[in-house]
Amino acid sequence: MIKEYKTIQEVAGPLMLVRRVEGVTFNEIGEIQLQNGSVRRCRVLEINGSDALVQLFESSAGINLAESKVRFLGRSLELPVSGDMLGRVFDGLGHPADGGPDILAEKKMDINGLPMNPAARDYPNEFIQTGVSSVDGLNTLVRGQKLPIFSGSGLPHADLAAQIARQSRVLGGESNFAVVFAAIGITFEEAEFFTSDFRRTGAIDRTVMFINLASDPAIERIATPRMALTAAEYLAFEKDMHVLVILTDITNYAEALREVSAARKEVPGRRGYPGYLYTDLATMYERAGRRIGKEGSITMIPILSMPEDDKTHPIPDLTGYITEGQIILSRELYRKNLQPPVDVLPSLSRLKDKGIGKGKTREDHANTMNQLFAAYARGKEAKELMTILGEAALTEVDKLYAKFADAFERRYVNQGYNENRTIEDTLNLGWELLTILPKGELKRIKPEFIEKYWPKG
Amino acid sequence: MGRIVKVSGPLVIAEGLADANMFDVVRVGEQRLIGEIIEMRGDRASVQVYEETSGLGPGAAVESTGAPLSVMLGPGLIETIYDGIQRPLEAIKAVCGETIGRGVEVAPIDLEKKWEFKATAAGGDAVKAGDILGTVRETVSFLHKIMVPHGVEGKIKSIHSGSYNVTEPVAVIETAGGDVGVTMHQKWPVRVGRPYLRKIPPNVPMLTGQRNIDTMFPIAKGGTAAIPGPFGSGKTVTQHQLAKWSDVDIVVYIGCGERGNEMTDVLREFPELKDPRSGEPLMKRTVLIANTSDMPVAAREASIYTGITIAEYFRDMGCDVAVIADSTSRWAEALREMSGRLEEMPGEEGYPAYLASRMAQFYERAGRVYTLCSDGERIGSLTAVGAVSPPGGDLSEPVSQATMRIVKVFWALDSSLAYRRHFPAINWLNSYSLYLDRLSGWLNENVDKRYSANRSEAMNLLQTEAELDEIVRLVGMDSLSPGDRLIMETARMIREDFLQQDSFGDVDAYSSSDRQFKLMAMILLYHELAGAALQKGRALNDVLNVGARERIARAKSVPADKYQAEYADIEREMRAQFAEIEEAT
Repeated sequence: MIKEYKTIQEVAGPLMLVRRVEGVTFNEIGEIQLQNGSVRRCRVLEINGSDALVQLFESSAGINLAESKVRFLGRSLELPVSGDMLGRVFDGLGHPADGGPDILAEKKMDINGLPMNPAARDYPNEFIQTGVSSVDGLNTLVRGQKLPIFSGSGLPHADLAAQIARQSRVLGGESNFAVVFAAIGITFEEAEFFTSDFRRTGAIDRTVMFINLASDPAIERIATPRMALTAAEYLAFEKDMHVLVILTDITNYAEALREVSAARKEVPGRRGYPGYLYTDLATMYERAGRRIGKEGSITMIPILSMPEDDKTHPIPDLTGYITEGQIILSRELYRKNLQPPVDVLPSLSRLKDKGIGKGKTREDHANTMNQLFAAYARGKEAKELMTILGEAALTEVDKLYAKFADAFERRYVNQGYNENRTIEDTLNLGWELLTILPKGELKRIKPEFIEKYWPKG
Repeated sequence: MGRIVKVSGPLVIAEGLADANMFDVVRVGEQRLIGEIIEMRGDRASVQVYEETSGLGPGAAVESTGAPLSVMLGPGLIETIYDGIQRPLEAIKAVCGETIGRGVEVAPIDLEKKWEFKATAAGGDAVKAGDILGTVRETVSFLHKIMVPHGVEGKIKSIHSGSYNVTEPVAVIETAGGDVGVTMHQKWPVRVGRPYLRKIPPNVPMLTGQRNIDTMFPIAKGGTAAIPGPFGSGKTVTQHQLAKWSDVDIVVYIGCGERGNEMTDVLREFPELKDPRSGEPLMKRTVLIANTSDMPVAAREASIYTGITIAEYFRDMGCDVAVIADSTSRWAEALREMSGRLEEMPGEEGYPAYLASRMAQFYERAGRVYTLCSDGERIGSLTAVGAVSPPGGDLSEPVSQATMRIVKVFWALDSSLAYRRHFPAINWLNSYSLYLDRLSGWLNENVDKRYSANRSEAMNLLQTEAELDEIVRLVGMDSLSPGDRLIMETARMIREDFLQQDSFGDVDAYSSSDRQFKLMAMILLYHELAGAALQKGRALNDVLNVGARERIARAKSVPADKYQAEYADIEREMRAQFAEIEEAT
C-alpha cells in the first residue's frame, strides 16, 4: 500500500518539504497530486528523520500546502525503453511529445545508470569519418568518445553538430547507427533546426529525441540528459547499435543544477555553481564509451555555450577535465566567415592517437597532423608579429609560415556545412598546403613519408 | 547496531552508535554498503558511504565492524586493478557485470591461490617487525618479500618453504605473549602511515626517460612532485609516461576521479609495453587504483590513502616505489563535498579549512627511508607525484597553492605550449626542481661529469631566449646581433630537438640518460662551433645553414641500438662542415 501524505510543510523555489513521512528513502521518486487532478513529479534530495526534502521536476504553480497530496513510489526515476523509441519525440521527462502512443516498454531503466566498471570498458579506437577536415585530420573522433563542442552565443555549433550527425560513418562497413538527441533548454527554433535537418536526410527514423525547450520548466532539465543517456545505453548495449548522443546545451543544465543548489543553501563553489558540479557532470559524460564483449557504442557530443566565450568558466572548464578533448569554435574565425569556425589549436581529441594511422586512416596521418599543427601555430605567431611590425620584420621562412596559416584557414578549416570530405581528401589537402613550406622545415614528418606523399609536379 | 536518521547524498547520519570508534568502517542498510565514521556527536555518527546511497532511508541498520578502513597486503597485489577501497574491479566484474553494483564483497587479494614460499630466515632466528622471513616470486619481475608483521617480535619456532595460500601460516614465532602464526598477508589501516626507522635525504635521481624531467627538472627517489596544468595540457600523458618508464621496482597508479577510458588505456597498454630495464611487461610491476569520476565520491577520498599505503608496504621491503596520483584536485573536491554535507564552516572557495594539512600529510608519507628491520640496513623509497587540475589553469586556487607549499618539484604544464603541440608541455621558465643540487653529484658521477654544467648552459640559453624574444616582439628579428640570433636558433634547437619528446613514438618515448646527455652535448657543441665561426667573421646564414642541423633535428628518432654511432657521426660531420666554413673566405 502506498501512503499518501497531505503534510507539505513548505514550497520554496524548486524545493518542497514534506513532514511526517515514513519509509521514504534517498533519491526516491514521488508524485504530487494537485487539487485539479494533475500530477507532478519530484525526487527526494534529503531525508532527515521523518522530514523529506524533495526537488520538483516541474513548476510548483498550483501546489496547495493543505490540499495537495504526495505519494512516494519506492523507486528512482525510470524510463520505459524499447526498440520502438526510434523515430519518436519525447518531452524532457520521457513522455511522448509527438502525439503518438506511449511506448510499450520492454523494460524500465533507472535514469541515473550505474558507474561503468573501468575493467569492463573497451578502449575506443575505431575511427569515425565525420567528413569535416578540422575534425578528421586534426582532432579525430573515435567511436565511444565524448567530444564536446565549446561554443558561444551566436556561433554556429548547431550547424556543425548536425553536419557531424549527418556525415559520420565508419570506414569499411555499414553499421547499425542511431542518434539520440537531447534538447536541454534551447529555443524552439534551434530544436526545429535539428528536427528538420534529421527529417531532410531521413535520419529521423533512426533518431530518438528528448525535447526540453526554453519555455519548459528549468528543473526538468536535470532529468532530460539522463533520459537521453538511458535510451542511448539501452540502444547501444542491449540492441547493439552505434549511438551518437548530442546534448545541447549543457550550460542550461548546469544552471538548473545551480538553481537547486542555491535553493538548498549549499556552500557554492566557483561562480555559484555547486561544489559537486564536476562529479555531477562526470556521471553523465562517463556514460559514453564501449564495453568489452558488446557490439554497440555510445559516442557523445555535448554542446555548451561558454558564457562570454570564456574557456575558464566553470562549465567548460570542468567539462574539459572530464571529456576526451574539445572542439572549440572561435568568434574571430566566425567573423572571418570561416565555416565551420573551428579553432584548431586549442581544440583537441585525446583519443585520436589510437584511432589513426596505418590500417585505420593512413600511415602518414600522425606525422602530418603534428606538422600542420606546428606550422599553423608558427604561422599565426608570424602573422601577429607582422601586424605589429610589418611584413619586413619577418624572416623569409616566417613569411612562408604566415602564408601557410592563411591558406590553411581558407582551404582546410573553411569547408562549409555541406561538403563531405573523405579522410584521403583531408590528408591530401594537408600535404598540398605543406608544399608552401620548404621541405627541410617538415621536421615532424618521417623522411620516407615525405618521399612517398609529397605532391608530385 | 545503529539506525539511520538522515540521508543526504553520500553522507548518512545514524544514531545508537555510541560504542563505535571514530573512523570505524560500518555496514549500512540491507545491502550492507561500506561506510566510514567521520564524525561523532553523542551517539550520533556521521558516516561517509563509499557507495551510491539511493534507496536508503531512516530506520535502516548501521553496523560497526569495529575496525578502521584497512588494506590487505600480500602477494597478489601486483597487476590488480582496485577501486578506491581496495575491491578488485575484475572480481566485481565477475559478480555484477559491466557496471559496478552495490554492496559487493570480494577479497582484495586471492585467498585461495597458492604461492611458492621460499624461507630465507631459519628456525631459532630472533626476529622483529619488518624482518624478512622469506620470499615469493610474485611476477617475473618482482620478488615479494614476506615480512614479520608489526607488533610481533620473538624467536622463530618453525618456518617451512612450500606452497601456501595467503591465509596459511608459513612460520610460527615464539613471542612474549605466546606463539604467533605468521601468514603471508597483513592488514594496515590506510589513514596511518606505516612506520620506518628514519628518513634520509633523497640524493639518487628517479630516472624517467623523459628529457624535460631528467635533464631539466629531475626528481629524486623519495621525492615529491606536482604536475599542475589546465585541461588538454598533457597531465595524464605525462603521468602515464612516468608510470611507464620510471626506474623503480613498483608503480602504484591512482586514477582518482578521472576518466574511465584512461584507466582502460593503462589496463590495455601496460601488459604490452616492456620495461626497458627488465624487458618484462610493465604490468608486472604495477598496481592500479581506479576510482573514476562517475564512481562514488567518498571512495575517491579514500583512494589516495589506499594507494599510498600499498606503496608503503612495498617500500618496507626495500623497494623503490612511485605513487602517481591523477588528480589530487578531484580528491580535494571529494573532501569539499563531504565537508559541505557536514555543514562545516568552509575555508577558501568552499574547501575545508584542513585542506592544506591533509595534503601535506599525504605528501609527507613519501621519502627515502631506512625501513624497519633488525639490522637497520634496508633502504626503501617512496616517490609521490600528484597531478593538480586548477580550474581555468589558475594556480592561485587553494589546491595548487597547498600543493606548491609542500612539493619539491614543480612541472608546470602550459596550455600555450600544448596548443603549439610542444609536448611534453612543461614550461621551462616556470618549472623548478629543488633536488637539482642534491642530484648533480650522482648525475655527474654516473652519466657524465659535464652533466650539470650542460644543463645550466642550456637553461641559460633558454632564459636568454625569453628575454630576446621580448625585444623581437617590439622591434623585430633584424635588430638582433648575429650572436643573439645564434642564441635564438640554438634555443629553438633545444626546445624542438631536445625538450620536445613524442610520448607515442616507438623510439622517442623513452630516452636513456646517456642518450639525453649526448643529444644535449651535440646541440651545445653546435652552439660553440657556430659561435666561434661568427667570432671569425663568418656570415650568420652560413652558420645557420650547416647541413648537420637537419640530422640533429632527427636525432631523437634514431633507434636505441644505433644512436651512439649516429651521434658520433653527426658530430664528425658537423665539425667538418664548420671547418669548411672557416676555410672559405
